[in-house]
Amino acid sequence: MKIFRTHALVCSGAQCLSAGGNNFKDALSAEINSAGLQDEVQIVETGCMGSCEMGPMMVVYPEGTVYIKLVPSDAAEIVKEHFLKGRPVKRLMWNASGKEFPTLSEIPFFAKQTKLVLRNCGIINPENIEEYIANDGYLALGKVLTSMKPQEVVDEIKKSGLRGRGGAGFLTGLKWGYVASQQSGDKYVICNADEGDPGAYMDRSVLESDPHTLLEGMIIAGYAVGAIKGYIYVRAEYPLAVKRVALALKHARAFGLLGSNILNSGFSFDIAIRMGAGAFVCGEETALINSIEGKRGEPRKKPPYPSTAGLFDKPTLINNVETFANVPVIIHKGAQFFKKIGTATSPGTKVFSLAGKVNTTGLIEVPLGITLREIVFDIGGGIPEGHSFKGALIGGPSGGVVPAEHLDIAIDYESLDSIGTIMGSGGLIIMDETSCMVDIAKFFLKFTVEESCGKCTPCREGTPQMLKILQRITSGEGMPGDIENLERTGRIISRTSLCGLGQSASNPVLSTIRFFKNEYESHINEKKCPSSVCDMKPKAMENKNGKKIRVRKIA
Amino acid sequence: MEKKSVLERLHETQDKEKEKNYISEQKASELLKENSDSLSHIYGVATFYTMLSVKPRGRYIIRICRNLACHLENADSVAEELKNLLGIGFGETTTDGKFTLEESSCLGMCSVAPAMMINDEPYGNLTPEKVKDIIESLKAGSKK
Repeated sequence: MKIFRTHALVCSGAQCLSAGGNNFKDALSAEINSAGLQDEVQIVETGCMGSCEMGPMMVVYPEGTVYIKLVPSDAAEIVKEHFLKGRPVKRLMWNASGKEFPTLSEIPFFAKQTKLVLRNCGIINPENIEEYIANDGYLALGKVLTSMKPQEVVDEIKKSGLRGRGGAGFLTGLKWGYVASQQSGDKYVICNADEGDPGAYMDRSVLESDPHTLLEGMIIAGYAVGAIKGYIYVRAEYPLAVKRVALALKHARAFGLLGSNILNSGFSFDIAIRMGAGAFVCGEETALINSIEGKRGEPRKKPPYPSTAGLFDKPTLINNVETFANVPVIIHKGAQFFKKIGTATSPGTKVFSLAGKVNTTGLIEVPLGITLREIVFDIGGGIPEGHSFKGALIGGPSGGVVPAEHLDIAIDYESLDSIGTIMGSGGLIIMDETSCMVDIAKFFLKFTVEESCGKCTPCREGTPQMLKILQRITSGEGMPGDIENLERTGRIISRTSLCGLGQSASNPVLSTIRFFKNEYESHINEKKCPSSVCDMKPKAMENKNGKKIRVRKIA
Repeated sequence: MEKKSVLERLHETQDKEKEKNYISEQKASELLKENSDSLSHIYGVATFYTMLSVKPRGRYIIRICRNLACHLENADSVAEELKNLLGIGFGETTTDGKFTLEESSCLGMCSVAPAMMINDEPYGNLTPEKVKDIIESLKAGSKK
């Protein structure tokens, strides 16, 4: 093995690439070669480092120097000054007050994070299985196959208290137990990687930055529940993720970690990728199952639940990417270790994609129970340009808003539920006083209207009605009674829709009414948008075909 | 060996159609023999998913992200610039068959909002000026 004196970790996550990361890497490589340092400095292409806004990023070890917003022309200076003379280039470093040469752990954005799921992201090369193995990868699988019975694996996950990270927070161990107890020869494990919530990209980062942790979690799950095959359902919008997972599958098979007779244990399990094709509803588990079967991605009636009759009507375990990614950690370090992080009922960590009006956006992993204030102000560095925090949208189109008066709320399943929102899959969009809450509610409802699959009536017909009222309110044509109408329609849709998409569709509206009713009222009564976002000019609405339709006035 | 599903076969069919990025009726009916489904079933699947098309589209499919994070970062001005540059609206294809403009609910690139994808290539931190450069280089054929 070759020894290098310096390792330059260049982020090759999709967001850094989209900001020009590849061009910088090519320039750096050329400069290193022309300085004759190719045997001393190694470039490692890692997955996402998290602080995507600062991209393209590079961390140089052994010093741990963090370089941000790199362009190809910076490469020559870094090679000449840092790699040749040992003088880090200050102007390109992450500026953390009080520190001359801040390393990752000294930058506030990273200091308060606890990385279990993202433990390898930004550290290893996701396209190299040996780097995963060197970082304790597949140790948990080895432990399970050589020293644990399937039931013991289920028990360990139960003991850990891990809850599903896809949104609802169902106890993972309980779900595994249901599937394990089914008497059927053919069982399946599915990974839901159809991450569609607007503002959320946690799963994409895991798929792109550390695909083996997902595979390891799935193989362990397959062993625990007695499944023969696994499927990873990835949305087609993530081509880089598909490519890296496919490569990981190939490597795992070549290493005897996947396929028949894994690690000579007699246990056989294989995994295949299935691609979505741009339908948000396929994130709903039964719709996803239909889509894997090649059908239209419409949800099924529950019960029967997937754990008894799922894919091809066989017992099926379906978990999300982040849930599976927790499994190797729990097995390797033990349920007790995992339970020490987080709160009693919400143990472990949660990954959030922090976006919107906050100084440092990006992907963060925090222990559950952390307060929203710590996330926004300590990790995110507060609100930019002297504005003030107005609210945080959590849980995307199924979630709700956390207003400023609840800034000290603990981020765990129960606390969020108590104020009418949900943990969701991890989208966290911060808003300042320039954001209009009615506009935000309208935005999400428009999303749901477009993404409703149309199978059940409340969701298909109800959400457009709510959207019409919101469009009326934001164009200065709101009427007394509109708020009550929204609430009533919203409640009906929640109670009567077939699947989770419809059942949670009205959450953003109901939640903003609950905390920002005054904004709705000033739109309706004073015809004013307090944040000056809505244009408040009555206009003819357009229907789907672009034809103008008249707004019907209610007498 | 497990039989491929209709959705997988449709993906393959569309991917092979590099110039027009769509599933023709003729190609769809070729799936009939193998998957023994009715043509209406195949059509039903193809039209359910927004990334599949039964109408010819352009060589380059531009998907602009319409998510909230992009919305807050002024994605509308980028969308307008794209429409002006190409002279088409969403869901339409330029007459030379080169570009199709589409919307995506979220591309998951919120930290570099506004964002778009052209075929499989992600682009972030867009401004109307940047979009202009990208489109012009594609028009000139200097990029794949």
